Amino acid sequence: MHMQLWQSIPFACIILPLGSAAVTSIMKPRLARIWATSIISIVTVLSAVVTVLYMNGAEPYTYMMGHYPAPWGNEIRVGMLETVTALVFSLTMLLSLLGGMKKLDEHLPRQNQSLYCVVLLLMTAALMAQVYTNDIFTGYVFLEIMTLAACALIAVRKRGRTLVAAAKYMIMNLIGSGLFLLGIIFLYDISGHLLMENIGDAVAHIAATGEYRQPLIVVVALITIGLSIKSALFPFHTWVPDAYGYSTPTSQAVLSSLVSKGYIFLLIKIMYRVIGLNVIVKTGITDVLFAFALVGMVMGSLSAIRQNDIRRMVAFSSVAQIGYIYMGIGLGTDAGMMAAMFHLFSHTLCKSMLFLAAGGLADASGNSKHFRDLRGAGYRSPIAGVAFTIGALSMVGFPFLGGFVAKFNFALAAMDAGSIRALLVLIVLAVSTALNTVYFLRTVITLYRKPLETAHYPAEKGQRGLLFNVSLVCFSAANVLLGVFSQIIVNAIVKGLSTFG
Amino acid sequence: MSILHNYVEIAAMILFGVGFTTLLLHRNMIKKIIGFSIMDCAIFLFLAAKGYIEGRRAPIVENGIQEMEAYINPIPAGLVLTGIVVSVSVTAVMLSLTVRLYRRYHTLDIDEIARQCRMEDEPDIISVGTVSAPADENGKGAN
Repeated sequence: MHMQLWQSIPFACIILPLGSAAVTSIMKPRLARIWATSIISIVTVLSAVVTVLYMNGAEPYTYMMGHYPAPWGNEIRVGMLETVTALVFSLTMLLSLLGGMKKLDEHLPRQNQSLYCVVLLLMTAALMAQVYTNDIFTGYVFLEIMTLAACALIAVRKRGRTLVAAAKYMIMNLIGSGLFLLGIIFLYDISGHLLMENIGDAVAHIAATGEYRQPLIVVVALITIGLSIKSALFPFHTWVPDAYGYSTPTSQAVLSSLVSKGYIFLLIKIMYRVIGLNVIVKTGITDVLFAFALVGMVMGSLSAIRQNDIRRMVAFSSVAQIGYIYMGIGLGTDAGMMAAMFHLFSHTLCKSMLFLAAGGLADASGNSKHFRDLRGAGYRSPIAGVAFTIGALSMVGFPFLGGFVAKFNFALAAMDAGSIRALLVLIVLAVSTALNTVYFLRTVITLYRKPLETAHYPAEKGQRGLLFNVSLVCFSAANVLLGVFSQIIVNAIVKGLSTFG
Repeated sequence: MSILHNYVEIAAMILFGVGFTTLLLHRNMIKKIIGFSIMDCAIFLFLAAKGYIEGRRAPIVENGIQEMEAYINPIPAGLVLTGIVVSVSVTAVMLSLTVRLYRRYHTLDIDEIARQCRMEDEPDIISVGTVSAPADENGKGAN
């Protein structure tokens, strides 16, 4: 088959940030920022182009890397779901960088700013590679690159809390990577392949004949548990609040919205393309994920309620939201997976906006993140206030916003998944939504309350500059559009999942 | 399929367990890193053992012998090489983090570090009006 020019675009989306990351390290901070912003913008535009092509009915294809054809060489695979995910990820990356740009000066020493851009570009490349790769070992390599980049994003602000958080993050993630690596090595041993499609065929054959039943269960358990540790599913979330809470705003936004989602996307990809949803469900691992997810949804929200610090509250809310996504996966049906994918998108766009807005509101309140000092912050920093309100409403599940559609889809998916599960999902969904409402609306009300008499705020701190405002306006628009035009995204996900296997 | 036949794989799994538990349970950062290295090496050992075929030679063409049957499977070796690169870079990052933590807290015990970290002043939490300095403190305590 003859390759057309546009079919090289996804490859360019990986290689462009990867290559430019190397160059960025020798640039001056100012140039490095402009450079990183332009490269990530180009990736976003390219992803948008491919997405539009797929919306107009392009066919999925595999792209050969190097000169060795299918069973031996390395490949990337492009389809509907990959392109939409790549677009959401690169857009979030771009807006997070813009929104936190001004704070980089304040939080990082000058000589580290170019290196920070290097890390962001590496993160972009790793995310794109995770999304597109068709080779499971390449998936592992970029997963480690993402882990290292995320560690740098946490530790770049040299404070005690961030250093300890980075160490805890690395320890948990190395455990996850080790299990995942062992899982894919076992899988290679029983299937003899590294390309996802070939492993998929081999696993289908193995599952049909009943051979290697126990090794297959071990493989599924290792891969799933490894990736869920890395994406901070409930009992493995201890590093989350410090890591998300105390780094610089761009890092917070990228870590909370993109890093864990990259791992989850890889997990969904493996479930569909490598092992097959039927085989996964038969091993019972989805039930385990389902149970942890339900506990996480409630526990994450309960922890969020107890926080006095707006950033830690938003961080704990991430734990609950990751629980939502795993609940969809744990249902083990196509509908559940679709709801999980949609919530992955809505949470990606929403959580990064919440972190950026929380940073802006704190700036307008004398750099304090304590709720007591945030009273009236919505008036002092109007755009951040509105963005936070939109984000909070989306998380709570207000109609016409992404979060509402996601919750609606979860409920619909649960209805088809059998009565006990449906009941559990609906109860936990209701409890978790009520808890979400408590802490998010409490915050929004605080933002628009009269400030304390004793507090006096520095006047000039409230403005974070044009880029910050542009970023928050774009994020708000993206969140509203995701809710209003949700049907397009839902159709895209359904189509993407159906051509995934 | 006797135990004697698969002794390398069994050794690899025991080593993996040793490394895994050390990484997870040990409080000393350096020992955690050693545990991580043992864990990764165990996986590489397992992979190399699986790629080995009795009586064949390393997959480097010698004396013009082109037959596939003369050599062992080269892919596990390639994977091990890639894995070693990843493992080395992760170890380097972990060690540099440990150096920073040690300079700041003068201990390698992660629980003790976490305890001291919680005790530290957290400028962000102090209310408006009582503090005006920016929250960051580059290099303070470090170096």
